[in-house]
Amino acid sequence: MYDYTEFDDAFLRERVAQFRAQVERRISGALTEDEFRPLRLMNGLYLQLHAYMLRVAIPYGTLDGAKMRQLAYIAERWDKGYGHFTTRQNIQYNWPELRDVPDMLEALADVGMHAIQTSGNTIRNVTADHFAGAAADEIEDPRPYAELIRQWSTDHPEFQFLPRKFKIAITGSPNDRAVTRAHDIGLRMVRKDGETGFEVIVGGGLGRTPTIGQVLRDFLPVADLLPYLEAVVATYNRLGRRDNKYKARIKITVHENGIETVRELVEQEFAARRAAFAGADQTLLAEIRARFRRPEFIAAPADAFEAAYQADPLFRSWADTNLAPHAAPGYAIVTVSLKAHGATPGDATAQQMRVLADLAEAFGHDELRVSHEQNVVLPHVHKAHLPALHARLREAGLATANIGLISDIIACPGMDYCALATARSIPVAQQIATRFEELKLEHEIGPLKLKISGCINACGHHHVGHIGILGLDRAGVENYQITLGGDGTEAAAIGTRTGPGFPADEIVPAVERLILAYLDLREEPGETFLTAYRRLGMEPFKQALYGEGRQRHAA
Amino acid sequence: MSRPFTPKVITANDLLRGDVVWLTESGDWTRDMARAELIEDEAHAQIRLIEADAQQDRVVGAYLAEARPGANGPEPAHFREAFRSRGPSNYRHGKQAESDHV
Repeated sequence: MYDYTEFDDAFLRERVAQFRAQVERRISGALTEDEFRPLRLMNGLYLQLHAYMLRVAIPYGTLDGAKMRQLAYIAERWDKGYGHFTTRQNIQYNWPELRDVPDMLEALADVGMHAIQTSGNTIRNVTADHFAGAAADEIEDPRPYAELIRQWSTDHPEFQFLPRKFKIAITGSPNDRAVTRAHDIGLRMVRKDGETGFEVIVGGGLGRTPTIGQVLRDFLPVADLLPYLEAVVATYNRLGRRDNKYKARIKITVHENGIETVRELVEQEFAARRAAFAGADQTLLAEIRARFRRPEFIAAPADAFEAAYQADPLFRSWADTNLAPHAAPGYAIVTVSLKAHGATPGDATAQQMRVLADLAEAFGHDELRVSHEQNVVLPHVHKAHLPALHARLREAGLATANIGLISDIIACPGMDYCALATARSIPVAQQIATRFEELKLEHEIGPLKLKISGCINACGHHHVGHIGILGLDRAGVENYQITLGGDGTEAAAIGTRTGPGFPADEIVPAVERLILAYLDLREEPGETFLTAYRRLGMEPFKQALYGEGRQRHAA
Repeated sequence: MSRPFTPKVITANDLLRGDVVWLTESGDWTRDMARAELIEDEAHAQIRLIEADAQQDRVVGAYLAEARPGANGPEPAHFREAFRSRGPSNYRHGKQAESDHV
């Protein structure tokens, strides 16, 4: 993985020192809150409902044992012994005190991590396919490009005051696990005539105006990546609306100006900017590439795996759900679920983080990934080690076999933490997971993405959930709307609202009725919920939710 | 026609700890909502908010929140304020944990 250079380290130390002085000036009264707020946001520090919250970037979701162990240390030393992994491959600490934050940032810098640009109207943490560098279906590891983008966008003087925040996602695989079509810019690696390049997607996003991104350039040679990105962001910087926060994202810019106009302006800008790059970016890319060394994969017999698979039903169930195909023979990608039934999606205790760090070092070539689905991935594990790994995960409460199933729920922090939320998300996720565990149905239901947001900003990606749940405040009461048919993959789609929402105590039974209807209606067990919905349309599911004596007054 | 004024409290987050605080009658800040000043007059509310806002060295983001009189003092009138007075529902952290020690 990428190790920081001396230059990177000096930069981080300087930023920490700056922020330490800013905090002191805020406490002394030399800075007002209005002056301090943009400064703290630039360093990832929010003020939430009950406390400050520090959002730490995990660039393109990649970390190693030392970094994970440091995240555990920070959780114990300055927080309440846990961290929350988010849908943008960040980790959030929910309880820091203002005076401690510079020390936390210093501790992060010790392992080459930071919270820079995890907030504010800047280019945010670049997210990537969480199987990057390991997936069997991958054209090329996208992370060197993600790191190039991170270095280019960090403190980029032209892009510190964009009209609004700006999110870039990248994948090197045709199977899109990075939700690239719901980002301001999505980059999908493609091949054309033997050459590698990117399909550049622009103007996707969720929030109050959910939009599937459009293709801006169907093939961008990899060498043109930075000048082209710079042209897109510069065009947005100029055209994007600053008069209305809700119309300031690039999706609205594209909508209002039209993709053709945006493309034309970007191409003009690109022609001018490409000349200015003069190859420095390619030199840097080459250096970065050298730092992303592929692990030295081992060759070993997989007998232990086969034996455990035959003998141990718990191991078999876990292997069937939580493993994905690896590019190297004998290897598997392990997804460790942070969704134990009834637990808070995405939360890990310091102890669990240490176990993950240990396991990465012992069995995983010291590599870990955080997924936007709020799980942790061990991308390179030889099958021979899986039984031992599974045993250790079980001891740590990390062996839940539910990846891709109904209890593998994405949920934003909602009104349990977030100052923007209109309703809670976490308790709904906990109750749904607990209910389907009681019913012992989730393996029979099969692949299903259920995503919950506690407000219209859609951090929980509910629009692209096969089942999406949106929590709202309806006349002073929590109310939950359901959408169906969303899809976050390369076949991206925005879900459709079923109808009136449900009060908090009716949302879990409503989801249960939906699922029972699906089990009834599917043609065979292989027909997933999403496929069945696409075949049948909304009507039978609406019936299940609202029909036959279930007529409810509209919320 | 303007709506009749409903009772309010002034609430904010503590500058150093970030936790929820309420303004008392004496102009101090309390971590116990029941001890907050219940404001029933609109003009008085505006004045108190200006005074609260001036305490930038103590608090962040002061605002008027709906409240109603209760047996022991003001109580939250909306679920958001109820959560703020209690803490998150997934862990016993925040105010609900601190009250364990009282």
